[in-house]
Amino acid sequence: MPKEGILKKREVDKMTNLENYVQAFCETLEVSEEQLTGLKYQDVPLWDSVGHMNLIARLEEVFDIMMDTDDIIDFSSFEKGKEILGNNYDVVF
Amino acid sequence: MWDFDKFGDNIALISENGIEISYNELSNEGKQIVDGIDERCLVVILCRNTIGAIGGYSAFINGHIVPILLSASLDMSLIEGLIDRYKPHYLWIPQEMRDDFHGVYEVYNQWDYCMLKTSYDTKHILNDELCILLTTSGSTGSPKFVRQSYKNVKVNAESIVNYLDLTMDERPITTLPMNYTYGLSIINSHFMVGASLLVTDKGIMQKEFWSFFKTYNATSFGGVPYTYEMLDRLRFVNMKLPSLRYMTQAGGKLLPELHYKFAQYAYDTGRKFYVMYGQCEATARMGYLPSEDAVRKCGSMGIAIPGGEFWLIDDDENKIEQPGIKGELVYAGDNVTLGYAVCGEDLIKGDERNGILRTGDIAYFDDEGYYYIVGRKKRFLKMFGNRVSLDEIQTLIKKEFKNIEVAVTGVDDKMCIFLTEDKQSADVRKYVSDVTKLNSSAIKVFVIDEIPKNDAGKILFYALDAYCN
Repeated sequence: MPKEGILKKREVDKMTNLENYVQAFCETLEVSEEQLTGLKYQDVPLWDSVGHMNLIARLEEVFDIMMDTDDIIDFSSFEKGKEILGNNYDVVF
Repeated sequence: MWDFDKFGDNIALISENGIEISYNELSNEGKQIVDGIDERCLVVILCRNTIGAIGGYSAFINGHIVPILLSASLDMSLIEGLIDRYKPHYLWIPQEMRDDFHGVYEVYNQWDYCMLKTSYDTKHILNDELCILLTTSGSTGSPKFVRQSYKNVKVNAESIVNYLDLTMDERPITTLPMNYTYGLSIINSHFMVGASLLVTDKGIMQKEFWSFFKTYNATSFGGVPYTYEMLDRLRFVNMKLPSLRYMTQAGGKLLPELHYKFAQYAYDTGRKFYVMYGQCEATARMGYLPSEDAVRKCGSMGIAIPGGEFWLIDDDENKIEQPGIKGELVYAGDNVTLGYAVCGEDLIKGDERNGILRTGDIAYFDDEGYYYIVGRKKRFLKMFGNRVSLDEIQTLIKKEFKNIEVAVTGVDDKMCIFLTEDKQSADVRKYVSDVTKLNSSAIKVFVIDEIPKNDAGKILFYALDAYCN
């Protein structure tokens, strides 16, 4: 029984993380959820260097992390960001 | 302007994809580019940080053709408006933008740029001294240009070479647009000494920028206050950049804590950090804080550059002699530009300033003569280093949205727009960001009951300040 509880918690975490991740994009870059798949740096006017800084600040805040330089400059798309957060900061999706 | 032949095989420009252009090539190709132009005339350059744009630019300057520098990413309707107003005989533009122009024909191309002959036959008389025309505010498409002379550009570049101690071993990497006076001054000064410019349109938030930086051993870069905020977020102080020798900062006042942080970093790592002060009206540079004073004089923009002089005047135009008293900053030097132009007919004009510029900035000096900027007389903001006139934005909004009640104010990097009706707020914000190409996260819209005005109907901007901070 406890095992199932842990699994459930992991599933809930995954859902919340994804929701937070999506929301960070939508709000800082002013895009809709439909636009997110495949979205890359400079694809929309707001995702320029200023927007990138806003996005990173927001993600560091919601996931309570401090990202490394290499990860910030490697964060070039919606998908790449998920990969970076998953691999290097234990944010499960 | 520049004696490229003197530097022969030195590499002048290196692009991200590894293309290297020597000073010899720059000289020879430059002659080809201007070869078909039969008389001194205007040419509009749509700028990107690429070999084509910079190579064309140096060709025109050395060939006594007068370029107007505009950003290639400026809104197309604004570009058309400016071209139509100044009626240049040629355009030097990125090859891929070729099809955006009609009624023109291609006369030459090189380095992914092409030269288009326009159909204008208006012959503006160009003053013999006139070297280049630069915009006062890059983003709003204002037709007001600064007229810089050959002497202006030359003495300012030489002064920069002098106080930064530049040699041909330098390899600055581009971080600022070349159509922006600060970015251009980096190009101009390094061409004086035969150094190698690392040319890229990529920004510091991109991996490609840093790999280019490391592969080609960049020795310096410049940045506006926002650049340093981004570098701080990138944990710049932990980055391994062994080739880096110095960094410069201009384009607005850096937060004192960041000034201190980067000055201390430079001190600790044996590098140099220069806070500087300038304006397009003084070609580029007027003041700099010597790097050895960077920590000790945190918050100061320093002293006048070699060949220049600063003083302060009070409201009655009297010179202020005491330290610590605020007044308008005045600068004198051979880099003070000729004046403005708002149309082609103005290009015949000579020097209207006689080497003296009232900067519009409020400053004081300390007992060692170091200057500190504390405010502004005029209504403009520095948005990510670019000057944006608040009244111009207000006028643009009023033109686009009929009968709208609007007031525009703000602080650097944050524009505040006040409206009395909510229904247009999203449209106004989008319009301003579209037309200025400013990231809309820096534009705040407030809906208030009424715009505060005095009896004469003049907007009381100070009453709105509380919202902005």
